Amino acid sequence: MAKHIRQLPAKHKKVSFFVTCIVDMIYPETGLSAVEVLERLGCEVDFPQAQTCCGQMGFNAGYRDDATAVAKHFLDSYKDAEVIVTPSGSCATMVRHFYTDLFADDPAWYDRAVYAASITWELTEFIVDGLGITDIGAALDLPIKVALHDACHGLRGLGIKEQPRALVGSMGGVTVEELKGADQCCGFGGLFAIKMPDVSGAMLNDKVQAIVESAADVIVTCDASCLTQMNGGLSRQGCPKRVVHIADMLAGKVGQNAD
Amino acid sequence: MQIKANDFVQSATIAIHDITLQTALDRGTGRGVNGRIAGMAEANHAAALREQARASRLRALHDMPDLLEQFEQKFTERGGTVLYAEDAQACNELVIEIARQHGVHKIVKGKSMATEETGLNHALEDAGLEVIETDLGEFVVQIDHDTPSHIVYPIIHKTREQVSALFVEKLGIEPTTDPGALTKAARAYMRDHFLSADMGITGGNFAIAETGTIAIVTNEGNGRMCSSLPRVHVAVVGIEKVIENVDDFGTLVQLLTRSATGQRLTAYVHMMSGPAHVEDEDGPEQMYVIFLDNGRSRIRETEYAEALACIRCGACLNTCPVYQNVGGHSYGWVYPGPIGAVITPLMVGIHNAAPLPHASSLCGACKTACPVDIDIPAMLLRLRADLVDEGDTPAVITGAIKGWRVAMSNQALYEASGKAASIASRAIAEDGQLHNLPGMLGNWTKNRDFPAFAPKSFHELWRERKLNGKR
Repeated sequence: MAKHIRQLPAKHKKVSFFVTCIVDMIYPETGLSAVEVLERLGCEVDFPQAQTCCGQMGFNAGYRDDATAVAKHFLDSYKDAEVIVTPSGSCATMVRHFYTDLFADDPAWYDRAVYAASITWELTEFIVDGLGITDIGAALDLPIKVALHDACHGLRGLGIKEQPRALVGSMGGVTVEELKGADQCCGFGGLFAIKMPDVSGAMLNDKVQAIVESAADVIVTCDASCLTQMNGGLSRQGCPKRVVHIADMLAGKVGQNAD
Repeated sequence: MQIKANDFVQSATIAIHDITLQTALDRGTGRGVNGRIAGMAEANHAAALREQARASRLRALHDMPDLLEQFEQKFTERGGTVLYAEDAQACNELVIEIARQHGVHKIVKGKSMATEETGLNHALEDAGLEVIETDLGEFVVQIDHDTPSHIVYPIIHKTREQVSALFVEKLGIEPTTDPGALTKAARAYMRDHFLSADMGITGGNFAIAETGTIAIVTNEGNGRMCSSLPRVHVAVVGIEKVIENVDDFGTLVQLLTRSATGQRLTAYVHMMSGPAHVEDEDGPEQMYVIFLDNGRSRIRETEYAEALACIRCGACLNTCPVYQNVGGHSYGWVYPGPIGAVITPLMVGIHNAAPLPHASSLCGACKTACPVDIDIPAMLLRLRADLVDEGDTPAVITGAIKGWRVAMSNQALYEASGKAASIASRAIAEDGQLHNLPGMLGNWTKNRDFPAFAPKSFHELWRERKLNGKR
């Protein structure tokens, strides 16, 4: 299975931004938020235009050949990258842990996969662990109570738990509240949500209930896919609370996304 | 046991809407999760213990044939008999043969997943033998003609109230929901059977090769009664349960109990290395160990060998948000939950359990909870790939993935399909939300809304940003 590959030092390097397909098409403003935050912290950010998707959807569904084709396109798109940053723990996990698995029998591509894995970071992980910054010096105009939802792949694949909490906690005007079962899956799981809608929906109900019961006004998470699932449930059930992406939170654009 | 794993989606849907079941599952899995977290938190060097446990299991699997031989030698030296069963039927036939040989009429039985796997009870009853389950949960299962739904808590799917009603009907007790009173009623019923049984059957949590010892970990003490009161004791044990030595046992047993119930150690841990000797005051005259293969040797040769490292603590079941919602019966065979979703396809054939590898959001909670760190999500992914390789996957999904591959391998096609989705989704959206999507996508909007795509993609916004002079 997936080998854990050590991250190369990331400071003072040009950032090649990987927006992810879902943020690209559904939440492009969140992509801009991520870029703004990185630029504010002094990073030079580039956006390789050829990029599409990391290939996880096909991989998770068991279509390894098709995922391999998409992964090759990704590696080609980032062949000149020094550091890759993405606003998704899930897509970062795909590149970090599963590319080497896909190319295990293909030495030339395997080496490229190892290199890509060693330079790829999830956004909050990059800021905290890569740049060594825990206080981004931002504040919200209106005070707000937030709670974090741990996105599964970021949490268990990359160990992302404290980084988003540290960053959000450092913001002026923000109080961090508890979300019961914050590390419990929201039920998204990619095609799982389509293949087993009742099971996925039952998991979502548990999450919606926890959000309703939380003292937080806004839930913050590091993955747009979990956000889509949770907001889909909140919207359908008529709950006014919304989940926002951490990039929008850090960019101070919470009002925009939270309806 | 009949295999109904291909009905997972239907069974799960029914389970999700069963309010009594949901109450029982919430109580049971919640208790399991809290117990494990508390139990592991106060263990000394929990992380190192877990690594050590994993290493000992993988080492034992690697050396399995030698360790089984060593076990047999030691156990035989002390007067016991070791037998091997290739499959379920062979195992049941061996037990029946032993019963015939020793003139057995009545059998008391401790909890054993291996004998659930072989359907032993039915085979024994068909052979005219009386069998009484003595684990409280298994006893309830037996008198209710039910099946267990959890590896450690067989009746996690039942509420106390349901057990009470069952005991009123079958044992004629006064109505009560007090667990103590219910346990007492079962004990009273079982006592005579323990004393009059000719044979006891148990499972085995570990088979220690170094000493030729079967170890059973229980809380009710029934395992000890089954293994020491009757004349004959038969332990049915999966071949993968063999471990190298007593040190490994020490490591594994504390992880087993902490992970299963949160206890430092269960109330009873029995270690049996053969029949009673002349100087012993009690114990069986004959002791047999039947090592059950039933596909394990075959699995050991594959990339799924790690699944055999499982010590059957049930932690992955308790912590799994899918299991918490659908319960164990939905999985359609003996082993439910995340580990069941791996083992069942391997044991009964992947085409007889095709939905199970997909019955997971791949959240990874199972791997985190596993005391031997089995990479269940990685194996589910591999099983999904096997299903694709063998063509056992819906045509509509295959078609969608082929289209996805083409679009995602070319920037122009990618952007064009994004644009098309943007135009289409915004045309049918209300307040930016899609409430009723067509085809398979309708499975999403069945219980969730989906946002319309943005008018302009990030690709477009980035190009505009550059034109406007921002780097």
